[in-house]
Amino acid sequence: MSSTTPQLSLPRYSGTGRVTQARVALSEWTKLHSLRSTRWSLLVATVLTIGLPMLFAAIVASHWGHMSPRERANRQPLDVALAGVNLSQLAIAVLGVLVITGEYSTGMIRASFTAVPKRLPVLWGKLGIYAAVTFLLMLPSVVIAFFGSQAILGRHHILQISFTHPGVMRAVIGGAVYLVLIAVFALAIGAIVRNTAGGIATFAAIFFVIPPLLNILPTSWNNAISPYLPDAAGRSIFSLTHDAHSLAPWPGFALFCGYAVVAVAAAAILLVRRDT
Amino acid sequence: MIEAHGLTKYYGETRAVDDLSFTVQPGIVTGFLGPNGSGKSTTMRLILGLDAPTSGTVLVNGKHYREHPAPLHEVGALLEARSVHTGRSAYNHLLALAQTHGIPRRRVLELIDLVGLHEVARKRAGQFSLGMGQRLGIATALLGDPQTFLLDEPVNGLDPEGIHWIRNLLKALAAEGRAVFVSSHLMSEMALTADHLIVIGRGRLIADTSVDEFVRQASGSLVRVRSPQATKLRELVLGPGVTVTSTEPLLLEIGGLTPEQVGETAAAHGIVLHELTPLQASLEEAFMELTRGDVEFRAGDVVPAEAEEAAA
Repeated sequence: MSSTTPQLSLPRYSGTGRVTQARVALSEWTKLHSLRSTRWSLLVATVLTIGLPMLFAAIVASHWGHMSPRERANRQPLDVALAGVNLSQLAIAVLGVLVITGEYSTGMIRASFTAVPKRLPVLWGKLGIYAAVTFLLMLPSVVIAFFGSQAILGRHHILQISFTHPGVMRAVIGGAVYLVLIAVFALAIGAIVRNTAGGIATFAAIFFVIPPLLNILPTSWNNAISPYLPDAAGRSIFSLTHDAHSLAPWPGFALFCGYAVVAVAAAAILLVRRDT
Repeated sequence: MIEAHGLTKYYGETRAVDDLSFTVQPGIVTGFLGPNGSGKSTTMRLILGLDAPTSGTVLVNGKHYREHPAPLHEVGALLEARSVHTGRSAYNHLLALAQTHGIPRRRVLELIDLVGLHEVARKRAGQFSLGMGQRLGIATALLGDPQTFLLDEPVNGLDPEGIHWIRNLLKALAAEGRAVFVSSHLMSEMALTADHLIVIGRGRLIADTSVDEFVRQASGSLVRVRSPQATKLRELVLGPGVTVTSTEPLLLEIGGLTPEQVGETAAAHGIVLHELTPLQASLEEAFMELTRGDVEFRAGDVVPAEAEEAAA
């Protein structure tokens, strides 16, 4: 035992690199792909987006012979092609919430904010990376879902629509864009609520609970309010047909973007102001 | 170098840190001592900008932590408990933090080897023992090779070999001229590691002094004297600022005089002494003495309760 100063060969590092937005984004990419929950959620989202339309196409095709003319008239090819979006949005939203609440529940957020004490680059990095990953996965998924379901239906010569038919391309790509905005919206909710269960519950309330609740209201009220809810506004971008009580695609899309921007702004303000 | 001025933090009505001012100098290990719940972790969070002070300021290397363009190159922090995502491997955890500053993979691998996590670097951090978690925290602190270190209870959960390793590491870092600020509720650990002490209780500064001075102050200058003529000696030494207590016949404990003064007084009057002992409290006793009444949680008359730091 010597009482003199111990000699320890510490490996030195002479770099002095600063924190930049691009570096934080790369860090967020590492964080995102290195978690199991990411791989599972994205796998589920992809399988649902592609698989559900295929399944529905096969079921519709096999029952077509037994359907009444009225029933047949109610079937829309794009409803089949984009059926998966309705379910995969849940997987995208849950992962969006987890991307940030996972850091709060484990304490990782303290390490993140110690490395990036200005904090906002972390939020922008998460939003940018997760939105980009969602788009890059979901765009091919909806396109495959469209052509795949059309191919199955095409064998029975039913419900055929061309990709170049007015509004079809917009609606199909719109399905992927809708999921990107869901990703952004959910991540912002997670940043505001900072709790996984609370974040998912808040998202589910806004998108799955409140819309059907409005059916209890008088129809005139329901028709006046419902189109402006985030859920309905967002859907208009991937719907081909629009009735009197739904917004046109672009106004609906703009409104949905507005909701996302408000959520992100609230998240940003709270992120900077609150203690961790 | 860390400079805190009038640092105060309230969580709602609870005052976690109260008008704390201190300086952490480079080149030495500064121990940050206080019972559990005394505000150590809160102070650490305030230094790192994780929480905002209610009033007061704290500067790290001359700037607010948040203002540093490359904070990992300024301060290496080992944060309380776990600050690691349990689902991520140690390697990916370090890599993600390194990437925010453009620190290369090579550095990450180097530090994983240094802290002895090579075998488990690809395992999920959630499966780590407390000691492995602490080693990962040390690696995180070392990433940017900073000049200032901030470590919250680094020896918690480490085995003796690990404790020895950390102790040497802290001393080596200080010897290289870096500022090392290390919190602990374990006096014995601080006695072996720290050069300087900042002691707090209930969020207030109790002492800001060298380890030696701390012990001396807390123990006062008690001198134990055993003499067959104790009663006579007692009368001779009594005076302003001098206290004499007696727990058994022929034994005196004299406060306010040095052993030299007591011995000389005895000799001048021909008093026989059987014992003349300067009493020094251990760091542990000194700490207990100073923080008496400043302990937030108390388990009867036993040791201060093992409670979590106030305000998570």
